[in-house]
Amino acid sequence: MPPDFMVRAALAGIGLAVACAPLGCFVVWRRMAYYGDATAHAALLGVALSLAMSLPLAPAVIAVALAMAAAVGALSGRQSVDTLLGVLAHAALAAGLVAVSFVQGVRSDLSAWLFGDILSVTRGDLVTIWLGAAAVAALIFWRWSRLILATLSPEMAVADRISPRVEQWVLNIALALVVAVGIRIVGALLISAMLIIPAAAARPLSRSPEAMVLAAGLIGSVATLAGLGAAWRLDTPTGPTIVCAAAVLFVVATGVAGAGRALQARP
Amino acid sequence: MTAPLTAPLSAPLIELDNVAVTLGGHAVLRDIDMTVRQGEIVTVVGPNGSGKTTLMRLIIGALAPSAGRITRAAGLRLAYVPQRLAIDPSLPITAGRFMNLPHRRDPGRVAAALTRAGLGGLGSRPVSALSGGQLQRLLLARAMLSEPDLLILDEGAAGLDQPGVAAYYARVEQLRAETGCAVLMVSHDLQVVMRASDHVICLNGHICCEGTPENVSGSAAYRGLFGGGEGALALYRHHHDHVHADGTPCAGHDHGEDAA
Repeated sequence: MPPDFMVRAALAGIGLAVACAPLGCFVVWRRMAYYGDATAHAALLGVALSLAMSLPLAPAVIAVALAMAAAVGALSGRQSVDTLLGVLAHAALAAGLVAVSFVQGVRSDLSAWLFGDILSVTRGDLVTIWLGAAAVAALIFWRWSRLILATLSPEMAVADRISPRVEQWVLNIALALVVAVGIRIVGALLISAMLIIPAAAARPLSRSPEAMVLAAGLIGSVATLAGLGAAWRLDTPTGPTIVCAAAVLFVVATGVAGAGRALQARP
Repeated sequence: MTAPLTAPLSAPLIELDNVAVTLGGHAVLRDIDMTVRQGEIVTVVGPNGSGKTTLMRLIIGALAPSAGRITRAAGLRLAYVPQRLAIDPSLPITAGRFMNLPHRRDPGRVAAALTRAGLGGLGSRPVSALSGGQLQRLLLARAMLSEPDLLILDEGAAGLDQPGVAAYYARVEQLRAETGCAVLMVSHDLQVVMRASDHVICLNGHICCEGTPENVSGSAAYRGLFGGGEGALALYRHHHDHVHADGTPCAGHDHGEDAA
């Protein structure tokens, strides 16, 4: 029987995988990877805010993440979005690091906020994580077809009376929730890895958007369990080990799909 | 072929009244008055940079006018067929699933629509694996599933070969005849498009001239915009000194030099 903290860690990681699967697919389809980075880095500011003002962590992180989304929305069109996100992502990370340094007692466990500390997840954290994951899954399930049409063609969506701007905010809110869920588990620097890598690994195995989300959730969960096990055995940092496991699954999935195509091509 | 199928006074579906659009301080469209009526095929032609795409986005509702009014008939159902559909290779979607956006539709209707579009049996094929012509027919078939009052086609036949273009417009006319929907096309395939149209609007930031295909192709303003010849080769050659049909010179708008 594994120790309690390992069970909690596994449940937390699977919760994160469930939240990341649908959102991660949209991040990949809409090429929002850098956007995810900017939002996740901004979460560090939320951590500083929460500690300095004794606010609860999750609402502070969600508020800062949404403010970041609004800033990107307001500024886009003046510079290329890529440049803009480059400015905002790094400015948010640097500002977060500076802000955190003013708060007593955080300096020592800064790495826990940057890379997560899944082994210290409490029962209370688990409740927050699974509530957040359920909210993200429900939100995206509710808007699913509208989101896909707005992703394929904003004009086609408008003609069908779907507002691409509203759907963008649906994703912004989902992203803020995922960041709030993920910062305790894999930390500000590695959240977007858990969004993108499982979705990218699922792509060659999927023929429909729905299948890709399911495959991404499965791959994210397997990566969590494999990473936890490896970190336990090898005594390595847990968050980065989980991300490494996801990357290995990406390589395996890509290789399997390539081999499958090669076999099919044979006479 | 050019005979309008509908009475001239059928109900207006959408009316633009003195509409102007300014984007980034630049006047893209001005003084636009136009009406699309039930069952009409209206074509907007114009050189590159003449505001065709902006006009289309206005009519869809993706863009608000800077000045003027747009009136839509109550409960107007639009369908839009884009020029291209750039599906990110990371998004796996089959033709059949695409037909069910943004809501699930009756599988029998979807299968019948695919067959009518010459895509029978291709429902499980990824959209990215369709040819250009197949993709255009798929986009059109999906648009018709929502039973639109007004079908909007943006350069619908771009990238098709000559027989493909002819078949595409024949299909559009047939759809109009079957369903009675109005069609608004934006195009530079002048000769083919104009033959299928009831009303042609010649756009260059403002409406240079409009009328039946015969009237427009005979007008001085049209020849000024597109050159006098029958050929589409003169399409983008844009003379600075064309004169409107009523004799007023067409001055004061931004003349893109050979914008192709």
